[in-house]
Amino acid sequence: MLLFITRRLLFALALLLAVSFFTYMLFAMLPSDPAALTCGKNCKPEIIAANRVRLGYDKPLLEQYWLFLKGFFVGRDYGVGAAAFSCPAPSLGYSFSQHECVSTLIARTFPVTFYLSLGAFVLWMTLGIGLGSLAALKKGKWQDRAATTFSAVGVSLPTFYIGLLVLFSFCIWLRILPFPSYESPFEDPVSFLTTMILPWSTLAVLSAAGYTRLTRNGMLEAMNEDFVRLGIAKGLRRRTIIRKYVLRSALVPIVTIAGLDFAALLGGAIITESVFSLPGMGRMSIRAVVESDLPVLVGTTMVAAVFIVLANVVVDILYGVLDPRVRQR
Amino acid sequence: MTSAALEARDVVKYFPTGSSGILGRPTHEVKAVDGVSFSIAHGETLGVVGESGCGKSTLARVATRLIDATSGDVLMDGESISHLSGKDLRIARRKLQMIFQDPYASLNPRHSVGQIISAPLSVQRITPPQGVKTRVQELMELVGLNPEHYNRYPHEFSGGQRQRIGIARALVLEPTVLVADEPVSALDVSIQAQILNLLETLQAELGLTYMFIAHDLSVVRHIADNVAVMYLGKFVEVGPAHAVYSTARHPYTTALLSAVPVADPSRRGRTDRIRLEGDVPSPINPPSGCRFRTRCWKATDLCASTEPVLQDMGNGHFAACHHPMETPVTLGNSVS
Amino acid sequence: MNTVPLLAVKDLSVSFNTPDGVVHAVDDVSFELFAGKTLGIVGESGSGKSVTASSLMRLNNSVTSTTTGSVELDGRDLLSVDEATMRSIRGQDIAMVFQDPLSALNPYYTVGDQIAEAYVIHHPTESKKDVRIRVLDMLKKVGIPNPEKRIDEYPHQFSGGMRQRIVIAIALINSPRILIADEPTTALDVTVQAQILDLMLDLQRETNMAIILITHDLGVIAEVADSTLVMYGGRIVERAAVNEIFSTPTHPYSWGLLGAVGSLDTSTRGHLSTIPGTPPSLISLPSGCSFHPRCRYAKETGSRCTTEVPQLHVVAGTSSSSACHMADAQLVALAQHGENQ
Repeated sequence: MLLFITRRLLFALALLLAVSFFTYMLFAMLPSDPAALTCGKNCKPEIIAANRVRLGYDKPLLEQYWLFLKGFFVGRDYGVGAAAFSCPAPSLGYSFSQHECVSTLIARTFPVTFYLSLGAFVLWMTLGIGLGSLAALKKGKWQDRAATTFSAVGVSLPTFYIGLLVLFSFCIWLRILPFPSYESPFEDPVSFLTTMILPWSTLAVLSAAGYTRLTRNGMLEAMNEDFVRLGIAKGLRRRTIIRKYVLRSALVPIVTIAGLDFAALLGGAIITESVFSLPGMGRMSIRAVVESDLPVLVGTTMVAAVFIVLANVVVDILYGVLDPRVRQR
Repeated sequence: MTSAALEARDVVKYFPTGSSGILGRPTHEVKAVDGVSFSIAHGETLGVVGESGCGKSTLARVATRLIDATSGDVLMDGESISHLSGKDLRIARRKLQMIFQDPYASLNPRHSVGQIISAPLSVQRITPPQGVKTRVQELMELVGLNPEHYNRYPHEFSGGQRQRIGIARALVLEPTVLVADEPVSALDVSIQAQILNLLETLQAELGLTYMFIAHDLSVVRHIADNVAVMYLGKFVEVGPAHAVYSTARHPYTTALLSAVPVADPSRRGRTDRIRLEGDVPSPINPPSGCRFRTRCWKATDLCASTEPVLQDMGNGHFAACHHPMETPVTLGNSVS
Repeated sequence: MNTVPLLAVKDLSVSFNTPDGVVHAVDDVSFELFAGKTLGIVGESGSGKSVTASSLMRLNNSVTSTTTGSVELDGRDLLSVDEATMRSIRGQDIAMVFQDPLSALNPYYTVGDQIAEAYVIHHPTESKKDVRIRVLDMLKKVGIPNPEKRIDEYPHQFSGGMRQRIVIAIALINSPRILIADEPTTALDVTVQAQILDLMLDLQRETNMAIILITHDLGVIAEVADSTLVMYGGRIVERAAVNEIFSTPTHPYSWGLLGAVGSLDTSTRGHLSTIPGTPPSLISLPSGCSFHPRCRYAKETGSRCTTEVPQLHVVAGTSSSSACHMADAQLVALAQHGENQ
């Protein structure tokens, strides 16, 4: 098992290295001159040239990548003399349009994305598994039809649509909630909650709809298993059978998908963050795209990649913990 | 000497398994087929019998080149097909078709019967002179299906009829050799007999050569000219069907014959019954010497140290055993 | 012979509502089961033999299926007792063994847990230590080598035959009076099948339990059953002692079945005798006798076979019952003088 984990982690590391290389190259090949974007409209060619040297864009691509990679581990200094500044390790580059280290930007925006994702995740798992179980247990009854309808409607509503709808309903029309303006949970917990409740729900609806269907189908499938029939034939209570036999086998695939879904969110929930003006990584990425802020794009892409690759490792290990058949191999 | 319709020479198939080290290299090999040779004359049937995990299905797949052998050679009409590829392989496959066990899983539920049976024609880019539809309907007639059901889908047919569809599909390219992997195991008793009769009629009419895989001795007895009994990747006994059934020489064959329940309650409690203990050992790490020795009541030290080879017991009847059954044992359901 | 039946099934009928229509899986089935005896139920797919078995324990889906008739155990009708009573009977008085031992075991728990669970539910006060001793004992009894180690292993670590032994251990841990075995050896190899059948008979001798053995294999019936029901299209077409069914079968379907098996068993080459056609669909059963489209005697008795369902009745001159319109004397004559010459 330990060997398995080591092997998976080493593989993940190699994968991330490859991802970083291709990401860097891909963005560097975009037809925009990063140095030209460092100063405003009335820029003199000398300043652009100087900035290019200072940011290292004068060097060959491979060397640029090497400096980027090295910077991650040892930090990176830009320029010399009075105009010099540095980004400490782990450096992901320097945003010339925001005049800050990318790592600082990410450190600032990531918590927002994290809180958003975590809250939505808890909400959708509870809702999805709850509704899905209810639907499976009451198959064919009104509870099932209600949950199935929710699931069908939920997956077909785009996030921006739900987002704008709830924003309009609760903040403008009903005026139950204040208009969202993000505050750190440590400084103003009440404002944090009132701001986050709508984005959490918005983000959760879509996934909850999917998980409702997954849980329902998984449980119905499990209920048809011979081992469930044997459980009944043993004289076990329905409750015991649902818990030990049905839910257990329905949840294994759900856990693995949930891990990946959560990780994907950590890379930034672009639409939700934009609709609710949350200063998270997703919104920062959008801004970076608009401004051709390459270092930020590379940085956020790398963060997203790290989470997805790590989630894969975690899910693999979890799978082994949950399913004895996988553990043996 | 005319060459055999289908011949295997020392065929070996190992599947790598397990993993170790940082790179996860396979550590073991499942020795599914471990040195099997046979030859089937034109128009004859070889029955291959063995329990699950003995390698009989793998052997069928190697023989039809659905998978490649680890080593050894498969020949059709004296010519090796082991190293053919591309167009040559495709042409060779026309002569060598397969029928599968599960008539439910081996037919695409979204394709009509006509599409299923004619699929090999389109894969091979062949247009029969009489036209695809006519050809398919001729075949449907031949295997006992109503040709008017050309546009129906597999779910509209019973298990036995689906197996007929599978047989028609195997025949559409006019093969000379059919490899049938447990073609009746999934069917009801009354239907098994129908399909076996059909296969026999087709053999007589079309001069087909069969390799017939089964776990069921009674099915093979009925259809085979020669029978091979397989255990843990090797043939332990091969010979003319009547010889193998009436005077089995390998202890495993006698045990297998003895285990078949006989539809005759008066034979109940007979004392000459052989009951094997335990399970078939793992093909990853088969026993040394004779692979059957761990379950054999006649095993001696010799069996553990030296692997028995197939020896001629007379009249083309071979057995791989250091202590073959001496007297012809009359078993519960042997030929009366 | 014991004259008081352990279990009496009367007029059992089961139907399922499906999107394609109502499936009459079991129709008017009656039989009795005696302690220490084995009743074999033989039939092809769709004959209703498995549904009959699972309805004895009320394992059919209560939403989509309707069950009528009665299943009497100790003077109680199992079809009308409340769910709590039924739960105490399941596993304790009646236990079941399924066809596929791989899917019958829960992959997420050790075999020891699964056997213990079956015991603890009916003996909640037993200490953990005692339960474990009992489970180990049971594993030994069903022939699992090295039980101290294997008790903590998971189902996938066992071979097919070993898994079926574990399913049997689960069934027998409470020493039930009735064991229902639904094709217990169909998924197994012949040599393992022989082991499992021997094991079941040994345990039967030890505990005097009654066994209902469901199979499609007449060979298995011949080896282990005392009496036999032949089912076709959801109904019993013949009921007979095991020797009778093989020596003087009294239903054309039994003749066909025995003929197909017999020629498989004995002839080396040559044409096998078969039953023409295919088993009927339970959604649209043929009118009258559901076997008539495949029966070569149906024409002789004319339209009665196509209009009137034949009732199971004792065939004069035999101890067997048959559901055939043919005159008893003709049935006996055909049975004795060989229907399949």
